[in-house]
Parts: sequence; C-alpha cells; structure tokens
Amino acid sequence: MNSLTFNGHGVWAIYKFEMARALRTVWQSIVTPVITTALYFVVFGSAIGSRMTEIDGVPYGAFIVPGLIMLSLFTQSIFNASFGIYFPKFTGTIYELLSAPVSPLEIVIAYVGAAATKSAVLGLIILATAALFVPLRILHPIEMLAFLILISTTFSLFGFIIGIWADGFEQLQMIPMLVVTPLTFLGGSFYSIDMLPPVWRTITLFNPVVYLISGFRWTFYGSGDVGIGVSLAATLGFLFVCLAVVSWIFRTGYRLKN
Amino acid sequence: MAPVIEITGLTKTYKSGLQALKPIDLTIGKGEIFALLGPNGAGKTTLISITCGIVTPTAGTVTADGHDIQKDYRAARSKIGLVPQELTTDAFETVLATVSFSRGLFGRAPNPAFIEQLLRDLSLWDKRNDKLRTLSGGMKRRVMIAKALSHEPDILFLDEPTAGVDVELRRDMWNLVRGLRDKGVTIILTTHYIEEAEEMADRVGVILKGELILVEQTATLMKKLGKKTLTLNLQEPLAAVPPELAEWSPTLKAEGNELEYVFDSNLEKTGVPSLLRRLSDLGIAFKDLHTSQSSLEDIFVSLVHKDRAGDRTGAAA
Repeated sequence: MNSLTFNGHGVWAIYKFEMARALRTVWQSIVTPVITTALYFVVFGSAIGSRMTEIDGVPYGAFIVPGLIMLSLFTQSIFNASFGIYFPKFTGTIYELLSAPVSPLEIVIAYVGAAATKSAVLGLIILATAALFVPLRILHPIEMLAFLILISTTFSLFGFIIGIWADGFEQLQMIPMLVVTPLTFLGGSFYSIDMLPPVWRTITLFNPVVYLISGFRWTFYGSGDVGIGVSLAATLGFLFVCLAVVSWIFRTGYRLKN
Repeated sequence: MAPVIEITGLTKTYKSGLQALKPIDLTIGKGEIFALLGPNGAGKTTLISITCGIVTPTAGTVTADGHDIQKDYRAARSKIGLVPQELTTDAFETVLATVSFSRGLFGRAPNPAFIEQLLRDLSLWDKRNDKLRTLSGGMKRRVMIAKALSHEPDILFLDEPTAGVDVELRRDMWNLVRGLRDKGVTIILTTHYIEEAEEMADRVGVILKGELILVEQTATLMKKLGKKTLTLNLQEPLAAVPPELAEWSPTLKAEGNELEYVFDSNLEKTGVPSLLRRLSDLGIAFKDLHTSQSSLEDIFVSLVHKDRAGDRTGAAA
C-alpha cells in the first residue's frame, strides 16, 4: 500500500459520521434551535417590536434577525463541535481516532467541517423561519453567506477546543452558557450599541461579539455599530487564535494522549 | 524471519510519576503469533498503546514494518489493527456503519465485498443493521475485531481478547487468529492465561512491573512453567518427613497437617502414583488431596526471584 499523503477517506468517514449523528438527533440539532428562535421573533419581533422605533431605518423585528442568527450560530457551533470530540473521549472510542493514520489537521477539518456545516445550515433555516415573521432584506447576500460560514467555522474551532479541554459535561456547558450567551446578549443582538450611554458604549467595545454581530448585520442592512473592515478583522483574528490553540493542542497531545 | 515490529529502548513514565515501562527491547517477526503475558498493571497495555499511537513514549523507538511510529505514523498505523481491552463502541451506530467507518478512517477506499466477507467470518452479517447497544458483550467483542480488521492490517494487536468471553467465542477467536496467521498477519496478544499462550503463541514474552523479564519460545517456557503442587491433608499430623519419602522431597505445611509435593506435570512420570503407594505402605492416611498449578503471578514472582538470584551468583563469581 502506498504511503498516504492526505487521508481523504479518513476525513470523509469522520465527516459522514458526524453528519449522521446530527440527522439522528434532528430534534436536538435543528428543531429545538428553530423553535427557540421563533419564540424570540414572536416576543421581541412581533409583540414588543411593534412598539419599538426603527433603528437605523430598520424595523426592530428585522433588526434583531442577524443577532439572533449569530446567537444560534455561536451556541450550536460550539455545542456540535465540542460534543463531537468530547463524546468519543467520554466513551473511550477515541482510541480508534488516535490509532488511525489521520493527521491532526485532518481530524480538525473533519470535525470542525461537520460542525460548521451543521450550524451554517441551521443559520439558513433560522433565516428562512425569520422571513415568516418579519420583513427581511439582505443587501449583500454573498458577504452574508461568507460571514455565516466564517463564523460557523471559527466557533466550531472554538467548540472543538472546549471539547478537548472539557473533563465532564458540566465544563462542556460552562463556556457556552456562562461566557458566550451573556456576551451575545450584551453584544448588540437586541439593540444598537449607539443606544447605550457613552461609558457603556466604550465598555461594550471590549466585547468581541459586538464586532461579529455588527459585521453580520452590515451584510443585511448596510450599516453596523463598527465598520465592516473592523468586523472582518476581529472575526479573522479570533479564527487565528483558535487555529493557534488547536495546533498547540496537537503538538503537545494536551488532554488527548498520555 | 524478517522483523515486523522492532522496539528499542522504549520507556514510559506517566505524568503521575508511575514508570509503566522500563527500557524494553523486543523484536517480533513477520507472521509470528506473540503472546505478552503479565499480571494487571504490568505494562502490557501501555506497550501496545504506544505501538498503536495512543500513548506517547517517554524515550526509545518503535518501528512497524520499518516505519517509525512517530516520524512516519501514517505508514506505520495503516499497517496496524488494534482490538482494545475495553468494549468501547458507538452505541447508536449499526454494525455495518461502524465497521465501514473504521475502514475509511484508516484511509482505505470502500470495499463492500470485503466488509461483507469479514462480517460473515465473524458471524456478524445477520446483525449488520443492528445498533451496537443492542448487542451482547460477545457480539460487541466481535464487532471490535471486525473494526480492527476492516482495513486489512498486516499486524494485529489483541489486548486480552478472551477476557470475559464465553467458550464458543474463545474457540472462534483462536480459529480466527490461526486463519489470520495463515494469511501472513502478525499477531500480538496479551493475556493472563497461560493456556491461551500455550494454545496460540509461537513465542511468549513475560512482562512484570514494566520489565520484559523473559522472551522465550512457547514450548520452552511451558516446560519451565509446568510445575504443579500436590497437597495431601493428613489424617494425623507428622512431626517430620519420614526418610522413606526422601526421593520425592516433600515438605510439611500447616503444623504437619499437610504434605506438599511439587512435580513437573510435563514429565511422563510425575511421581504422584508412586508417592501415594509409598504413603499407603507406610500407613500414612490422608483425608483429602488436591493438585494446583501455581498461578501466573506466583510464576512471575518466582521468575523474578530466580532472575535476581542469578544476578547475585553472577556477581559473586
């Protein structure tokens, strides 16, 4: 047998396995987030939103759509990727992955690729759901898709790191619940940070999620809290931090090998 | 025999400070069945795990079919199949899906005909669409073997393949191992059971406290390990061993209530019948008797002692 240079069959096997897992748990991976998001639209979009003024010329119900999609992308990307790699560690089936001729890069491509695919698809489903409740327009559809994929990939990488780091189910939940969700709520999902008092506005600018949501909102309505260039730079910066951590994990075998 | 696994100066010290392997050197030949014997915690699984890439060695090198397991891990690992000791399976996958997954993971193109034959050989074909969590322990063990063989490895590691396995599966396993050997697959297995090593292996290595204390052809080792002990529970305690029994050199135990005789079960004449006749001639009555094979652990301990004693005599001379 020839020596492999890229184990495409291996990557495909893991990718298919992870996608099959999502289809088996369709309630958990698709239906639940869609229902949750639909509830936000009913409450904030229709019920409260009708009494709110427009923000930057966008009706409130439509204004929150990019932020809500981001919220789902963050939590689902982290959840999918962290669970995907944590579960084999938990059950012990990771022995097979560690003994297989797959490189760290291939493992990351397969797990993160599958998790990112799932959350990007979920993002589009939520977008379609939103269109049922509020009038939507998307000024930059190509950039919107690109942002969707970029964010899904970045947060799936982040989730992958959490999955490797986690020693129990509690730790697995901790970062998404205690860090990502609050930062997203405070990062302008439901309001423009221009609406905040100046002091809080400055503090909010330290929240990295602001840049992600702002960038995504720009692809919809052509305006955001910060410039699109800044948003893109922040997103790419986070992506590279995650990549650096992942490569460190595989170089040292951290929490994977004794 | 061309070497297929070469282990040189391999050591492993875990972060906890536990030294699982002292420097180990071992060469295993192509097509050989090699049994690694040793009590729990001796380092058998560590040795296997390092070779398969699951544990990082502290020092030393291992090559599989000439490929370094660290530098050239792709080539090395694609030659190796591993059946771990613990039954860890993806509960919600089907048999066919999980075995096909393993083949892909190891970089092989799909080959449904091969997988079908493999599952048939392991009596799993009828269960191919069953979810793994519905299978019995024995069936799961078969699935793990199928996974390990799915990419047609040249080297197969079986970590305690018959621990907690029923007689039928054990027999199947032995047949499977022989069948694989006939195809030229090298097999390394670990076991607690001497009989298993005796039945299957060409060569045996004994590992104790991380040290490979002995590597020997099975036939040679069996001669060494074939000692049995006959214990007689006497009717009346004896104060001393009667001189008439000197040729058997038995010993008295339990304050003279038990007489012990150690014999070699491999010999044509074990000396047991003649000893019993002599006892009856002497009018020494016994209530009960039993024979026992020293446990593997006892044997290891005695091997180690012998080893140390040998060192001392060597030093004295």
